[in-house]
Amino acid sequence: MNKILLIIQREYVTRVQKKSFWIASLLAPLLITAIYAIPIWLALRDKEVKRVEVLDQSGILEAKDFTGREIQYELISGDVEAFKKTFAKQGFSALVVVKNTILEDPRAVQIFSEKNVSLPLKSSIERIVQNKIRAVLMHKAGISEKVYEDTQVDISGETITVSDQGRETSSSSGGAMILAGVMGLILYVTLLLYGSQVMNGVIEEKSSRIIEVIISSVKPYQLMLGKILGVGLVGLTQFLLWIVLTIGLSRVTSVLYQPEVKKEIRSIQDKKVQEAVREVNKSDISPMEEVSKVLASTNIPLVIGCFMFYFFFGYLLYSSLFAAIGSAVESSTEAQQFTFIVMIPIIISFLMAQYTMQDPDSSVAVWASMIPFTSPINMMVRLPYGVPTWELLSSMVLLVIGFLACSWISARIYRVGILMYGKKVSFKELSKWIFYKG
Amino acid sequence: MILSIQDVVKTYSEHVALDHVSLEVPQGHIFGLLGPNGAGKTSLIRIITQITAPDSGRVIFDGEPLSERHVNEIGYLPEERGLYKKMKVGEQLMYLAQLKGMSRPEAQAKLKDWFIRLDIKDWWNKPVDDLSKGMQQKTQFIATVVHEPKLLILDEPFSGFDPINANMLKDEILAIRDRGTTILFSTHRMESVEELCDGIALINHANVVLTGNKKEVQNRFKKNEFELIFSGELPLENPLFDVMGIEDSQDGRRKARIKLHVDVGINAALGELIRHVDVYAFQEIIPSFNDIFIEVVSSSK
Repeated sequence: MNKILLIIQREYVTRVQKKSFWIASLLAPLLITAIYAIPIWLALRDKEVKRVEVLDQSGILEAKDFTGREIQYELISGDVEAFKKTFAKQGFSALVVVKNTILEDPRAVQIFSEKNVSLPLKSSIERIVQNKIRAVLMHKAGISEKVYEDTQVDISGETITVSDQGRETSSSSGGAMILAGVMGLILYVTLLLYGSQVMNGVIEEKSSRIIEVIISSVKPYQLMLGKILGVGLVGLTQFLLWIVLTIGLSRVTSVLYQPEVKKEIRSIQDKKVQEAVREVNKSDISPMEEVSKVLASTNIPLVIGCFMFYFFFGYLLYSSLFAAIGSAVESSTEAQQFTFIVMIPIIISFLMAQYTMQDPDSSVAVWASMIPFTSPINMMVRLPYGVPTWELLSSMVLLVIGFLACSWISARIYRVGILMYGKKVSFKELSKWIFYKG
Repeated sequence: MILSIQDVVKTYSEHVALDHVSLEVPQGHIFGLLGPNGAGKTSLIRIITQITAPDSGRVIFDGEPLSERHVNEIGYLPEERGLYKKMKVGEQLMYLAQLKGMSRPEAQAKLKDWFIRLDIKDWWNKPVDDLSKGMQQKTQFIATVVHEPKLLILDEPFSGFDPINANMLKDEILAIRDRGTTILFSTHRMESVEELCDGIALINHANVVLTGNKKEVQNRFKKNEFELIFSGELPLENPLFDVMGIEDSQDGRRKARIKLHVDVGINAALGELIRHVDVYAFQEIIPSFNDIFIEVVSSSK
C-alpha cells in the first residue's frame, strides 16, 4: 500500500512539475475568458458611427422612423445615379434606395455600398423598412397603429417538470441541454486526454527499460494502479485549476468592464435602443441565465456527486485499457494500431450523447447510459433532464462491474506485456496473455 | 545457503524456459550464473526477483520460502537497464530506494554516502538525460545496492564501463561481498568469472548442467595435461605420456603440452622427462572457464 502511495506521488509530482501542465492549466481559462470577453471588448471599442443615406422614392419613410438607432440614417431625395457616385466619398457606408413599388413588392429595397454590407446593417435597414411598411399596410386595412403595436407580443414558454410526487420545478430544456453538453464534453476530453497520458507513461517506462527494476520492487498491478491514480489526480488538479482560474478571470474582466458597460447603457437614451442592445446581448447572457435556472432546478449535490463518480470510474475503466495497450507496445507510433479499440467506444459514446441530448428518455439513450463503456458520458448527459433512481443505480453498479472486469483483463495483459520486447503483438497474442499463469 | 532453488519449472506457452532446475547459492559468495543466450538465465533471475512465479518447484530464500517480504532484501541490476529520463538523479534514486522499503531520511543518508564514495557529489540535481552512459550505469548500480540487500543480482554489470570505472565497480562488488552480501553474477565474460566468482552454475537448454565451487569445477575439467618448457630432444614415443604439441618459444627453449596416461604419477612423468631434456618449467594446465563453457555447451548440443 505504502509503495502504491510512493508511485502515485512520483506520477503526480513529475507531471505537475512540467511546464506543459501549467501552460494547459492557464491557457484554457484564458481562452474561455477571451471567448466572451473579446466580443464585448470589441463592441465597446468600436465607437465609430456608421452613416447611411436613404433615398426614399416611395415617400413612405419619415425621419422619425430612423431616430434612436445605432446607425445614423439620413433621408435624402434626388437622382439615384448621382448619389451612387458620391455617397462613399462623403463618408457614408451605404446608400439605401427604397423604390416606390415597395408596398407591393417586398424586394424593392436596394442597398449600395463599396464593400460588402455587414449582416447587422442589412438586417437593421430591413427591419426599419419592414416595420414601417407593415404599419402602413395595417393602417390601410383599417387597423390603428395602437392596435398593431399592442399585438406585437413576444411569446416565451416556461418548461416545468413534474416529479412522481407531483412536485413542480421550473426547468429549462435549453439550459439542461447546455449543462448536459458541457459535462459530456468534459468527460469526453478528459477520458481521452488522461487515458493516453497513462498509456504514454507506461510506454516510457517500458521503452526506457526501467520497468524491470521497478517491478522487482513492486507488483505490476501496484505500478499500474499507482500510475492510473497518480495521473487521475493530476486530472483533478487541472479541473480545479481550470474552475478556479476561469471564475477568477471572469470576475476580473467583469469588474474591469462593469463601469464601461454601464456608461454605454446610460449614454443610449432611447428606450428602444436599450431593448435592441439587450436583444443583441441576449445570446451572451441567456445561456448563463438558463444555466443558473437549471442549476436552481437540478439537485446540485447529486449532479456533482455523479460527475465525480462517472469521471472516476470511467477514467479508471478506460485508463486501465490504455495501460494494457501501452504495456504491449514499445513506442507510441506502434500503439496507434491498438488505441483505436479504446478510442472507438469513447467516440461512439460522445456521438450517442448527441442523440441522448435530443431525446434523453429514448431507449437508445437509456441503453447508452447503462453499458459501462458509454455510460459515463451518456448518463451525465441524461442527468440534468432527470433520471429515475433505479436506472442511475443500476448504471453505476454496471460501471463498477465493467471497471473491475476491464482492470482485471488489463492487469493480466500488462504484467506480461511490460516484459515483452522485440515481438510484434497481435490481438490474438494479447488475448493469450490474459490466460498466462503467474 | 542464502538461496536454494528446488526443482523449479517455468514454461512460456510451448517453450520450456526452466526444466526442473535446482541450485544452491552459498551465503557470502559471488556466484556466477553462466550460460548461452536463451538458456534460461533471465527466466531464473525473474523468478528469484519475483517478477514472475514458477509453474512448480520452490525457492527458499534465507531459510524461508520466497515471498513478497523478501523483495526488499534483493537488489537487481538487469542487463537492459533504464532510468526515468526526465527525473533528476537524486530524486530518482530516492524514489527507487523508497520503493525498496527505505525511509526518506535513511535513503537520503545512504545515498549521500554512495555519492561521496563514487565521487559523483555534483550529480544530485542533474537530469538523467544529461548523463553519459557510464554515468547512468553508476546511478543504476547505486540504485541496486543502496538498500543493502542480502542478495544482489547483477546481470552483465560491467557492460558499458570504461576500464577505470569497471575496476572501481569490481572493487565495490568485492567490498560488498566482504560485508556478507551474496552476489549472483550473470555474465558472458569468462575472465571476470575467473577473477571474481567463488562458485558457478552453468545453465544450458533450461537445465543446470554444471554447478559447484570454482576450484572444484576447474579440477573436474582438468585433463591431466601439463605445460612443459624445455630444451633438448623430447621423446615423442613413450609409455607414460602423449605429446600434444610443441612450439618454439623465444631464447631457444621450447614449449610442449603433455598429457599423462591414466594412472601415471606426475613424478614418474617428470623423472622420464628429466632423463631426456632440460626442464625449465613444468606446470599443470588448469582449464579456463572459457574452455569449460565451450566444452560443456557444445557437447550438450
